Amino acid sequence: MTRGKTGPDSALKHGILLAATFFALVPSIFMILTSLKSQDEYTFNKIGLPHALVLDQFESLISDSSIFDWMGNSAILVIGAVLLSTVVSCLGAYAIALMRFRGRSLLFSISTALMAVPPVVMIVPLFVLYTQLDLISTFRGTIVIYAGLITPFSIYLLTTFFRTLPRELFESARMDGANDLFILWKIVLPLSLPALLTLVVVNALYVWNDLIIAIIFLQDDSKRTLMAGISVFQGRYEALIPLTMAGMVIASAPMLILYILFQKYFIQGLMAGAIK
Amino acid sequence: MCPGFLLIPSSFDEAAMQQHSRFTPYLYVLPLVVLLAFVFGYPLVRIFEFSFKLVRGINGPWIGFRNYELILSQDLFWDSVRHNLFLLMAVPAMVIWSLLISIVLYERIRGWKLYRIVLFLPYILAIPIIAVVMKKMFQLSGPVNEVLNWLGLDFLALDWIGSSDVALWTVMLIIIWRESALGIILFLARLLSLDESLIEAAKLEGASWWQRVWYVLVPQMKVVIEFYVVVSVITMLSSVFAYVYLIGSGRGGPGTSTMVVEFYIFNALVRTSLPGIASAVSVLLFLVTLLLIIPLFAVRRRANEQELGA
Repeated sequence: MTRGKTGPDSALKHGILLAATFFALVPSIFMILTSLKSQDEYTFNKIGLPHALVLDQFESLISDSSIFDWMGNSAILVIGAVLLSTVVSCLGAYAIALMRFRGRSLLFSISTALMAVPPVVMIVPLFVLYTQLDLISTFRGTIVIYAGLITPFSIYLLTTFFRTLPRELFESARMDGANDLFILWKIVLPLSLPALLTLVVVNALYVWNDLIIAIIFLQDDSKRTLMAGISVFQGRYEALIPLTMAGMVIASAPMLILYILFQKYFIQGLMAGAIK
Repeated sequence: MCPGFLLIPSSFDEAAMQQHSRFTPYLYVLPLVVLLAFVFGYPLVRIFEFSFKLVRGINGPWIGFRNYELILSQDLFWDSVRHNLFLLMAVPAMVIWSLLISIVLYERIRGWKLYRIVLFLPYILAIPIIAVVMKKMFQLSGPVNEVLNWLGLDFLALDWIGSSDVALWTVMLIIIWRESALGIILFLARLLSLDESLIEAAKLEGASWWQRVWYVLVPQMKVVIEFYVVVSVITMLSSVFAYVYLIGSGRGGPGTSTMVVEFYIFNALVRTSLPGIASAVSVLLFLVTLLLIIPLFAVRRRANEQELGA
């Protein structure tokens, strides 16, 4: 595209892009290649391709199911928190965007401001309270925390989106005597599917990837999430690098597959949710 | 219905006013208010209260500023603060790298979608996974040093993870690697929304590549760059726990060389069971983020006006 004479020429630009691509990919490549090596091979061949594909690492991980248990726990949290937050946010954003009431703009401002408060600030009192209420290491307690933490962003995104919808649609439905729940469910939400999908992707990724809440509020072994499990895992197999890498391949697979399938929503959503 | 609303003419809201009773909106926002009050409101009040108390278990006596005095006189706290501030050095590097890549990507428009998918990958991978993989790559006898030795750069083959002088640099490098992915995507989106006639005009005027970048593209990207800087500063000060927890083997190690403020709160709460101390640090961190929220909102509003970041 450019024909600038004094600037970097196209070969150089091409080189820069290739280098950036290489850097972006190299940890994933290392992870995958190493996971296919045997422990012996890794000690003398750290960088090259595996001489023979060895699937032992994966076999031993599949027979010891703890990685999959952790994934299951993470999935429970993701589903619970995203569902709870989405329901609460759809109702709330509908009222903020399309109804008029006292305190509406104050509520929206406060909710939006909360997006910038780091989650770690909220941890101490909730931990003390949960200890008292016996909610430590319960999914329901942790789901509420995650749902709360992702809700300000959900409100922000849905409110701004609902405001862009054509108002004639609701007005004519109201003329026909439809109530608000009907309008929300049958008109607003179907029109908002792209925004909802973006929201679900960002929020699910946040809950799935979070470490600090998970290790503080789910201390029980049987409740451990994938991210908390990874730190246990790397300690347990410190020297067994191919095995560790096979674990990381399994651990990163779900989100990588979703990213490839829904990359548009990931990119849009994470740009919008840049504040996290 | 309340006639007061009629004094404010707003076609936007009139239809909404006609059907539901005046209590309906409150019913809709009730779950939201309850959830936010519990997860944000309650803790934000309590950290202030706890920070003035000697909390044992669930509560304790008031002790004035003793928690704060204790923290502020402790080297470990100041080390943690210094480490967070040190990580701020990553921000200019992230901005420059993201600018370079996004502009090159923008100019070589062919295949940019595929490049974009690949270059955004670091931001999709979970931090703990990245940290574990990088830790193995940067081991003393790991592949990074093997390559450096092979290239004849032996002096660069450091003990990246195990040396207390180097470990925080390694953490910073890994943060730059991941967080730049966001910058590239944000900047590229802004570039793609620019009016191309400006760039064409600059070309016709005979502007060189550097001139076009510096006088045409960068000024147009000012707002998105500011937005990215503010967001990244918040990240460096308050969201690096996952990197440090895994790279520093759960201790912020080696020694205390990768200890950060979040980690200090975590240790005070979970390991030494001193919620009062942890709360006092949380209050300080909260006050710092409050200061950052003002510029954040200013840049976000301007970014939204440019249809970005929304």
